[in-house]
Amino acid sequence: MKNTNIHWEAVEADPRFQQLHRDKNKFLWRMMLFALVFYFLLPISTAYFQDISRVKVWGVINLGLVFALSQFVVAWLIAIIYAKRANAEFDARAQALVKDAHNIKGVL
Amino acid sequence: MKKIIAALTLLQASPALAAGAVASEYRWLTFIIFSSIIALTMLITWWASKRVKSTKDFYAAGNSISGLQNGWAIAGDYLSAASFLGIAGLISLYGYDGFMYSVGFLMGYIAVLLVIAEPCRNIGKYTLGDILAFRNDPKKARMIAALSTITVSIFYLTAQMVGGGVLVKTLIGIDYEVSVIAVGTLMLAYVVFGGMVATTYVQIVKAVLLVIASLVLVTLVWLPYGFSLPAFLQAVVDDPKVQAQVAKLLGNTASSMSTQELGQRFLEPGLFLKDPIDQISLGMALVFGTAGLPHILMRFFTVPNAQEARKSVVWAMAIIGGFYVLTLFLGFGAAMHVGPETIGSIDKGGNMAAPLLAQHLGGGENSLMGNFMLAFVAAVAFATIVAVVAGLVLASASAIAHDLYVNVLKDGKASQAQQMKAAKIASICVGLVAIFIGILAKGQNVAHLVGMAFAVAASSNLPAIFLTLYWRKCNTTGVVMGMLIGAGSAILLVLVSPNMTYPLKVLADANAVIASAPADLSQADDAALKKITKAKQDIAKYQGTSNNQPLTSMMGLEKPLFPLKNPGIISIPLGFLMVILFSLLTRDKRAEYLWEELYVRQNTGLHVEDVSH
Repeated sequence: MKNTNIHWEAVEADPRFQQLHRDKNKFLWRMMLFALVFYFLLPISTAYFQDISRVKVWGVINLGLVFALSQFVVAWLIAIIYAKRANAEFDARAQALVKDAHNIKGVL
Repeated sequence: MKKIIAALTLLQASPALAAGAVASEYRWLTFIIFSSIIALTMLITWWASKRVKSTKDFYAAGNSISGLQNGWAIAGDYLSAASFLGIAGLISLYGYDGFMYSVGFLMGYIAVLLVIAEPCRNIGKYTLGDILAFRNDPKKARMIAALSTITVSIFYLTAQMVGGGVLVKTLIGIDYEVSVIAVGTLMLAYVVFGGMVATTYVQIVKAVLLVIASLVLVTLVWLPYGFSLPAFLQAVVDDPKVQAQVAKLLGNTASSMSTQELGQRFLEPGLFLKDPIDQISLGMALVFGTAGLPHILMRFFTVPNAQEARKSVVWAMAIIGGFYVLTLFLGFGAAMHVGPETIGSIDKGGNMAAPLLAQHLGGGENSLMGNFMLAFVAAVAFATIVAVVAGLVLASASAIAHDLYVNVLKDGKASQAQQMKAAKIASICVGLVAIFIGILAKGQNVAHLVGMAFAVAASSNLPAIFLTLYWRKCNTTGVVMGMLIGAGSAILLVLVSPNMTYPLKVLADANAVIASAPADLSQADDAALKKITKAKQDIAKYQGTSNNQPLTSMMGLEKPLFPLKNPGIISIPLGFLMVILFSLLTRDKRAEYLWEELYVRQNTGLHVEDVSH
């Protein structure tokens, strides 16, 4: 695949790339971790904390239903937050690197 | 409703007689609706066939699909008959627990969005093999990727084919074999003539129809309560049919509960999912498996760049999530209007809940509108199965033609014409295999196959893709061993799990039913009589010296070795662990050398045109 005149090691070592991948990873892993914890709390709560699930909060609607429905809201929120940040920030930073990639040669 | 049951009983009595949920005087209506939808998809295929000139068009629709379109197409691929009919059915029978599936299926897309979709678009061309071959040994990576793609797709496909055959038979009364062949032939027409272009637009049309049908049903169900959620759920709790179902599910413990308590119980967890660890294990397969499904991965190669890939997942999450919220109303609506008893008597898994609800809301089994709505929902479900199977066949065919034939056998040196020919021949072969398996698996319990597809995808494909994309030290041996052990352990654990049939257990259960049956059978109700008949059949099947039925499961076991129905909780960590372990144990110069290029490309999309052209 190294058939291009891009100096991949140099681009990878470029501080702009390093900063971009660090920012991106930090952001992504936090959201991923939050989503996983939030999701697995649902089967755990319905299995081990059924009494809490049964507490009625609005008419016949109980906490279990509220929690299940809140999963949809959380999934959508994560999608929106990620898309917003990626569209507004990550894309532009990646694009700047792509434009400049041919000039990054590093120290040989 | 009695008419349907009568029709079905008749059907069992004389298999030659064609009869379904649609009354015979309305067969013409069913015929017109099915024909219209099929004609529409054929028109799309004809239009698409002129646009498929290269393999890039055939596998990836020429990267010409927009984010919004791809979002609908992903929804089309994902909202299979299992989720449309199956989840609505589970909710109608078991209330809250059925809804748990909806949540898990949607949450799978978070991993797709955050860590899989964009890097895959930046690195891959047509297949999972492309992604894994980037830095790993290309031939080994492609072979293992193709093997895994075909395995996952065949599990998924078998469930769809069998489900489709049963569905069409129950709804409109044509023979199981005929409907399997019809599904297979239609799907082959889409794939062979229109490739990914036709498959994509058929998915979009089908997803739109599915959402419209569901919205109409939900509006009709919810409108009487002024679109108030508490009022609607209060009606569910107050419904005597729901209360009777809960009483039946709970057995003796129900006797001390008031009718209100019984109804309320339908909105609480624990009526269906009994084993918490199994439930978490299933959740893991759903959440990690979606990102490893080859036919979903393939969809990201149809868009021009990572931005559109991101947009397509966001749209898919909106559509799929919205749809799954609707399943709550479809399921509860069916429980109130049709009743769990009737739904369960027509199909044990509850798959007929949504179609029966449509018929009821339209005015019942003797009305034109009722039969129109039933036929419409049935036709949409049929289109769903055909479209999902088309996506699966395309994924398998691309693994065979693009990975195995072109890149492993021919070292990537095949002309466009040869590649197209290989793609079409592979599609036809996979399609024929699908039809063959569909007919062969008649009457088999395939419910666990979709779960198994997710488990294998989560234990084999996901660790390999994820670590290849994000971990510097990941290499060929790690990927190959991780995928083999991940997939192998998932399959093996299912084979020795309670999913299989254990004749000794069946016999013991049957004997228990007979022992507890009342001496005077005229006192027993229909459900009890059915149970007793079933028990007698089971005993006849497994007991006595006249037949050679072995008294052990397929694997020669008397009882399950593994207590869970879902292997994910063991096989997913094992898959990850094995990729890591074997990567650390071995050195792979190519994987190290190409790491920087892969990592820069997956993050920035630099040189994405290389993979696209």
